[in-house]
Order: sequence, then structure tokens, then C-alpha cells
Amino acid sequence: MLHISEYRDSRLCHSIASRIAARSSRPVRIMEVCGTHTVSIFRNGIRWLLPEGVDLISGPGCPVCVTAQGEIDAAISLARQTDTIVATFGDLIRVPGSNSSLQQEKAAGNDVRIVYSASDAVEIARQNPVKHVVFLGVGFETTAPTIAASVLAARQAGIENYSVFAMHKIVPPALEALMEMEGVEIDAFLLPGHVSVIIGMQGYSQFFENYRVPCAVAGFEPVDILRALLRLTEMLDTGDSQLENCYPRAVAEQGNPAARQIMDTVFEVCDADWRGLGWIPASGMQFRDAFADHDARKKFNVHPPDVAPPAGCACGDILTGAKTPPECPLYKTRCTPINPVGPCMVSTEGTCAAYFKYHEVQ
Amino acid sequence: MCLAIPSRITDIESGVATIDVEGVQRKASLMLVEDARVGDYVIVHAGFAIQVLDEETALSSLNFMRDVFLSDNPPENM
Ligand code: SF4
Repeated sequence: MLHISEYRDSRLCHSIASRIAARSSRPVRIMEVCGTHTVSIFRNGIRWLLPEGVDLISGPGCPVCVTAQGEIDAAISLARQTDTIVATFGDLIRVPGSNSSLQQEKAAGNDVRIVYSASDAVEIARQNPVKHVVFLGVGFETTAPTIAASVLAARQAGIENYSVFAMHKIVPPALEALMEMEGVEIDAFLLPGHVSVIIGMQGYSQFFENYRVPCAVAGFEPVDILRALLRLTEMLDTGDSQLENCYPRAVAEQGNPAARQIMDTVFEVCDADWRGLGWIPASGMQFRDAFADHDARKKFNVHPPDVAPPAGCACGDILTGAKTPPECPLYKTRCTPINPVGPCMVSTEGTCAAYFKYHEVQ
Repeated sequence: MCLAIPSRITDIESGVATIDVEGVQRKASLMLVEDARVGDYVIVHAGFAIQVLDEETALSSLNFMRDVFLSDNPPENM
């Protein structure tokens, strides 16, 4: 099928990989900033196709992993209220908070439900008029418009018992924060495909103007990723930095203006607390006043506490690429996918989980 | 969280598409995409179509890559 099998063609993959080898003259560190890239890179064995010296590091691209510990604790306290139903994407439910997890709260009899889409949460609200449904809004620019759309749909249908605990994050300010962080060394960025579908190439232009670091937007099939890595290697070889769209079948210069408009109708930009990166200005989304009646932070007076991440967990260093999972003392000892200590081991898109599943096999 | 596999729209009814994801039928809201039509491939994320894939571009990028990477005499200045 077009879009899939052709973009998995192993002959193309090997040919592109050999060109990467021919163009890599010095060791480079390329960061991918998307959990789906991380998984695809492992699953397709891309690390093992690359020459020595081209180092792929996984950045803060897994939405669950970058959610601050205090926000997890706040979500757990929402689940403990007797009049609420907490609806969430599946990945979040097992993330350990300071004393519990949503999964433990569910086992204890609190109403926590896994949904596939924010629309499902609106439907739960419609069916349970005496309860208040709180959807846990995590995710980047890809997810935020879908959640904004659910809020608009709820308002239009007069569903008042639906609110969202907004924890959304915006990618370009995090790229800036990474470039400014001491000890973080990144030579080039493999930019996320589906965030870019929404924000477009234009969404990165300010960042690129400021830092002039090679950037390529990539799709998720192996040919897509290798093609983008080749372009980045060429740019690093010649010193000619570009912001390049290597996923033109899905990403437009302007992105998806309709989706952005829906997102901007409901949310406005705010500062946000990222696990591992700390507070980053203008990197999050909060409800506009006009939608305050669907804002769980206001409705339930939620103020996420400033709490430390789990003791010994190196997620912060993993998310900036300063460490790889095997460098965490808890990796595979106390921390496994069955018994995760930190979010990077919980989410299927987390770097620690991806290492655990694929690293030693290959 | 991303469902990165492109899905084909097989039916549309009041703003909701039925999509085929490698043989499995699912529903996806079309609230975020303007002018999606039956037969189009869309990227679906968390129950919403977020983009219609451009088939012409998909094909031309592929042909370009095949020319450059699979032929014995790759053109200069790729
Ligand atoms: S292995 Fe576990 S404890 Fe170590 S950084 Fe990863 S998630 Fe945290």
C-alpha cells in the first residue's frame, strides 16, 4: 500500500544507510523528539544500520514521560474524589505518583477509565450526568487540538459535567530549552512528524533562526527516518544548516490551520513544568477564560505540588539525552516494565521501555 | 500515543469517518480536517483525523528516492 510498504523498502533503507556512512566524517549526536520515532527507530533496527559515530539520542518526546510528578499526584487526587470519573489515555494510568498511581486508585474502587479519544470521555460524561468527568489532557500539539475539539463538542451539546485537566506541552520552546541547557550536546534534530502536521514547518522557523542547528521533519516509516538522517548528516558534513521537510506528504509549510484554530479557540499559551527540563516559558497550554467551566484546574481548585521525582530515577537525564537507560542504576534491576519506577519505563514510547524491549535483542 | 499508520476513509457520516487501518474498521472524527473525502488516506491521532495525506507528493518523493538511491548512476546534486 502506498504510504506504508513502499516506505519500508529494505533495499532503499540499506542504500540510504550506506550514503549516511559515506557522509559521516565525525561523531555526531542527533536527537529525536518524538516517542513514536524512538519506537520506530528501535523496532526497525535503524541504530544498527547506522555507522559508528552517528549517535541517536531520545529527547523529551514522550508526552507521559515529560508530565511533571506534581501533575501526576494532582491527577491521582482528582481520582480520589467521590463525585468524579477520571478518563485518561492508557499510558498514564501506570505512572507512579509520589504515593500511588491511577491504576492503584482504580483497584481501590475509584472510577478511572481508559479511553482511546477525548470524544469517548465526553460520551462518558453524557451517560453519567450526576458524576463529573475529568479528562487528563497530556500530549503535544498533535493531541491538544483533539482535546480542544472535545471541549467544543461538549459545550455545543450542553454537557456541563465534562472538564479537562490541561497539561499540554508545546515542542519548539523545549528545543530552545535543550539548546540552552548546560551539558546537553545536540548536533541536529530529527523533528516530530505529527506535531509538525499541526504546526507546520513555520512552527520551527523562529527556533531555527535563533540556533541554526540542522533540523529535519521526518515521518515514521524506516525510509522516512533514514532519509531525514541522511539530510542531517549531509548538513553536518558541509556545515550548511537547514530546516528541512522530509515528510512532505503529510506536513505543509502552514501545518493544519483548522486544527490550530480550534486549539487556539479553547487554549492559550502558558509556562509549563517539564519533567527533566523544569519550567519552560510559553511551552504549555491552559484554558482561556471563556472556557473556564471546562477547566478542571479551576473547577476542582487543582494546584499541582512541586514534588521530587522518584528517588534514584534518572528520567530527567534520559529526557535530555545526558544519560542512556543502561546508565541508570535502577534499569532492569528495580525498574522494569512490569514494575516501573519512572514514566520513561511505563509508556511504550518511553526511552527506558524501548531500550528494555529492543536494545539487548538486537 | 500516535497511531502513525495512515488509514483509508471508507465512509463518512455527519462528520465522522469510518476508516480502515490495515483491515480493522474504526471511527475517526473529521472535525480537524477540511475536505476529507471517501478514498483519502488520513493520519488519525487519538480518534481524530489530523491530516489528509498527499498521494501525489508521496509518489513523487518515492520516485525521486528510487532514482537517486537505487539506480547505478545517481544524478549529481541530489
Ligand atoms: S530505568 Fe526506570 S528508574 Fe531508571 S531512568 Fe528509566 S524509568 Fe527512571
